[in-house]
Amino acid sequence: MARATSTQRKVVTTASAWLVGLLIFFPILWMVITSFKTELDAFATPPKFLFFEWTTENYGIVQERSDYLRFALNSIIIAGGSTLLSLVFAVPAAWAMAFQPGKRTKDLLMWMLSTKMMPPVGALIPIYLLFRDAGLLDSRVGLIAVLCLLDLPIVVWLLYTYFKEIPGEILEASRMDGATLWREIVYVLTPMAIPGIASTLLLNVILAWNEAFWTLNLTTSDAAPLTVFIASYSSPEGLFWAKLSAASTMAIAPILVLGWFSQRQLVRGLTFGAVK
Amino acid sequence: MNTALRVLLGTAVVAGFAWSAQAQTKLTIATVNNGDMIRMQQLTDDFTVKNPDIALEWVTLEENALRQKVTTDIATKGGQFDVLTIGTYEVPIWAKKGWLVPLDNLGADYDVDDLLPAIRAGLSLDGKLYAAPFYGESSMVMYRKDLVEKAGLKMPDAPTWEFIGEAARKMTDPASETYGVCLRGKAGWGENMAFLTATANSFGARWFDENWRPQFDQPEWKNTLDFYVKLMKDAGPPGASSNGFNENLALFNSGKCGMWIDATVAASFVTNPKESKVADQVGFALAPDNGLGKRGNWLWAWSLAIPAGSQKTEAAQKFVSWATSKGYLEIVAAKEGWANVPPGTRTSLYTNPEYLKAAPFAQMTLDSINSADPTQPTVKPVPYVGVQFVAIPEFQGLGTSVGQLFSATLAGDSSVDDALAAAQALTTREMTKAGYIK
Amino acid sequence: MATRHSRTRAHAAVAPSVLVLFLWMIVPLGMTIWFSLLRYNLLDPGNESFVGLLNYEYFLTDPAFFAALGNTLKLVGGILVLTVVGGILFALLLDQPFFGRGIVRLMVIAPFFVMPTVSALVWKNLLMHPVSGMFAWVAKSFGLQPIDWFAEAPLAAVGLIVSWQWLPFATLILLTAIQSLDQEQKEAAEMDGTPALSFFFYIVLPHLARAITVVILIETIFLLNVFAEILVTTGGGPGLQTTNIPFLVYAQALLQFDVGGASAGGIVAVVLANIVAFFLVRMIGKNLEG
Repeated sequence: MARATSTQRKVVTTASAWLVGLLIFFPILWMVITSFKTELDAFATPPKFLFFEWTTENYGIVQERSDYLRFALNSIIIAGGSTLLSLVFAVPAAWAMAFQPGKRTKDLLMWMLSTKMMPPVGALIPIYLLFRDAGLLDSRVGLIAVLCLLDLPIVVWLLYTYFKEIPGEILEASRMDGATLWREIVYVLTPMAIPGIASTLLLNVILAWNEAFWTLNLTTSDAAPLTVFIASYSSPEGLFWAKLSAASTMAIAPILVLGWFSQRQLVRGLTFGAVK
Repeated sequence: MNTALRVLLGTAVVAGFAWSAQAQTKLTIATVNNGDMIRMQQLTDDFTVKNPDIALEWVTLEENALRQKVTTDIATKGGQFDVLTIGTYEVPIWAKKGWLVPLDNLGADYDVDDLLPAIRAGLSLDGKLYAAPFYGESSMVMYRKDLVEKAGLKMPDAPTWEFIGEAARKMTDPASETYGVCLRGKAGWGENMAFLTATANSFGARWFDENWRPQFDQPEWKNTLDFYVKLMKDAGPPGASSNGFNENLALFNSGKCGMWIDATVAASFVTNPKESKVADQVGFALAPDNGLGKRGNWLWAWSLAIPAGSQKTEAAQKFVSWATSKGYLEIVAAKEGWANVPPGTRTSLYTNPEYLKAAPFAQMTLDSINSADPTQPTVKPVPYVGVQFVAIPEFQGLGTSVGQLFSATLAGDSSVDDALAAAQALTTREMTKAGYIK
Repeated sequence: MATRHSRTRAHAAVAPSVLVLFLWMIVPLGMTIWFSLLRYNLLDPGNESFVGLLNYEYFLTDPAFFAALGNTLKLVGGILVLTVVGGILFALLLDQPFFGRGIVRLMVIAPFFVMPTVSALVWKNLLMHPVSGMFAWVAKSFGLQPIDWFAEAPLAAVGLIVSWQWLPFATLILLTAIQSLDQEQKEAAEMDGTPALSFFFYIVLPHLARAITVVILIETIFLLNVFAEILVTTGGGPGLQTTNIPFLVYAQALLQFDVGGASAGGIVAVVLANIVAFFLVRMIGKNLEG
């Protein structure tokens, strides 16, 4: 039976949580506010918080200049596709490593992580040449493959971590009840792992969404995602803060929506009390 | 067997029809995201109406990303682009390697002699034009007429560096956040090194002597850097070591700089009342000199080129010709006014009274461009071309590394002598590795 | 209890991932190693020649190499400390029930959503600029001299930006891990009157050990390759103060399209990362299993 939390403690918690949240969020908030300013106001000192001429001209300019929808669609396909593909590979792998660990499991995990050690700038030309010869330059398929491979180690690691939290006895129990591997994964494992899978999905979609180096270098126009869209607004000669802010706000809008929905999954929480 | 053969043939025929019915040639154009290029993307109706069989696909990127993508593509023959936007740095190097198609089919009324001679020279090899200039710039002094007057001075049309130093120090008032001169300090071969190399030219310095030996250990470079660092310390804004073009533009437009020496294109930004608080107070002067025969201004042109080996050279040349023609300038003028016409490419623009009326900086821009000679950029002879850069492939890396060293002197992390010594060592090492110094 | 049958199943489950990653690793790695042994400049194609370890020699004897190495380690270390400590604190905070928890969670996670180059630009120009940035305005309002971040403390500035970007990652993972802490244990401790600090050190922290290890290992791999933020803010300067190994590879090799040099630099970076990972695993690796 839980002791009632004192109201004072609750107020302190709420206040400090909101303060922390706002401090962390402030740069983004500032960016969104800037997107509604004129370029002149954008770098005015002292900075203007609320009392300036609000305008949507930047959004208009951005929309006119580049086809946001096409870039956004590419981003969704590439980020979503690569994440789902990674899940297909990673869920069985993480399951095996978490519940059937062997002597080499740790080594295997470290090896997977080591495939990410090469700095992209070092491997750019080899990959570019490979893609050129395979005809994969500027193709969504190629990008999905690359991003899947880039993020696969991370997905495996994260899923492994979350699966390890699940008590093995539950799976043993279901197995003794006669469940096949498939049923075990789908009906027993997955529901308990939903918050873990959700946060892995979210993190991975974001990593893929924001991956700028490979998407910039391996695409031209057909498969170009939002990272390329943003790159066309970065530091040209001339004032661009307000426009860049508008473009960035448009670029993170879908992710914010995704983030809102998946964080609700996290709220549900892993309550083992209920399971027991 | 027979049926299979028939099916195969039938498919081939159908495919053949489909292929020829697909008469539209798609041109993928890689371009930089400056205002003029972006404006062009909105104005292509005139071209597509005249050429309904050509479709245009734009890839717009920031300068460094663009350069990397385009260079990687052309060097590996990736074939991703049909028209490239490159600058006076790449053209000499790539033309020599045979990577660009010579532009000899630009049309009867193109009038290639109308191109400004300095720009044309920077884009040609052996008399053949390898890239058509879309936009040209030099550098000049932009100053606040009110602040100069308040300091009791009058800016000559062709000032000396000594005068600039004096004026800057007189105009500096940190209490009111007014700084006498704003100059580039951010590290980069196209950022601070573009400015410093051009300035060094006017101090009589050069990057290499005729045997490709770096010259940072010579008194001319020391004079340049000493002057620069002292000036910025006495009269420059804080944060100068990471200020590039954009940061200085923001500072000038919000009224914090007495003078700004930078690209001529900035003139249209600082005189635009929508973007500048001081739009009606700006005067222009030529980049300063020391009386040694070269002024401190540079030369740059963005131009359109066609990669060798392209299958679409005919369509590409049509586009290139249209985009850099006199007709295009008139289209821009009609839709957006003469002040927004891409500057610095054609002599005829600068004899057009309507342009001169709309752009008070036009004459100064023209004079600046004409006084820069990429084939003879320095007082002493040099084995390279390029005013604010050295047109060798190694320069991007070299310029950036040396730029970092010089930026550190502004930040107070390094003395001028140390930076020069390090630059000399670094450059000698790279040039030896690359095989220039035997 | 692992039967032979389940062992084979386990192997079959892991095999596809391993195979795919192996190919992904071996082909580019092989090419990179091969290129690193050549004098291969993209701008001079067709003129490649075998030069053995010359590229490595040049990279390792570069006067900037040790500075870059030091910066890399400093950057990774500093950001790890900030994000892990911050992540634990925020996870604890966000685990408590309070009004509007969902919104605050989203706010804390939001920095991860923004593209790194955009974050860097926003921080550099809208926040940190000593003349027109927000921090300068705050400092001046208190009568203090604004800090010229990128001249006086450039590595710290870059570290601050990257920490802000990665804090959500740590927070999210640690938060999800905290939520699996047994409610009953928590209540038992409360009833026993266990002081909060002991509860934290003896119950919560060990429970989070695995998650913390994962965060550290994954972040290290990413942080060793910080590049975009440096390119966009300082360009590696002033001097060499923000040049790390990937940036050195970029400036020394890629900028000049020296594929041989870039490949050699990449291999050196891989070796370095392996060394760092080795030490990390020695120190905290046992938390992964068990």
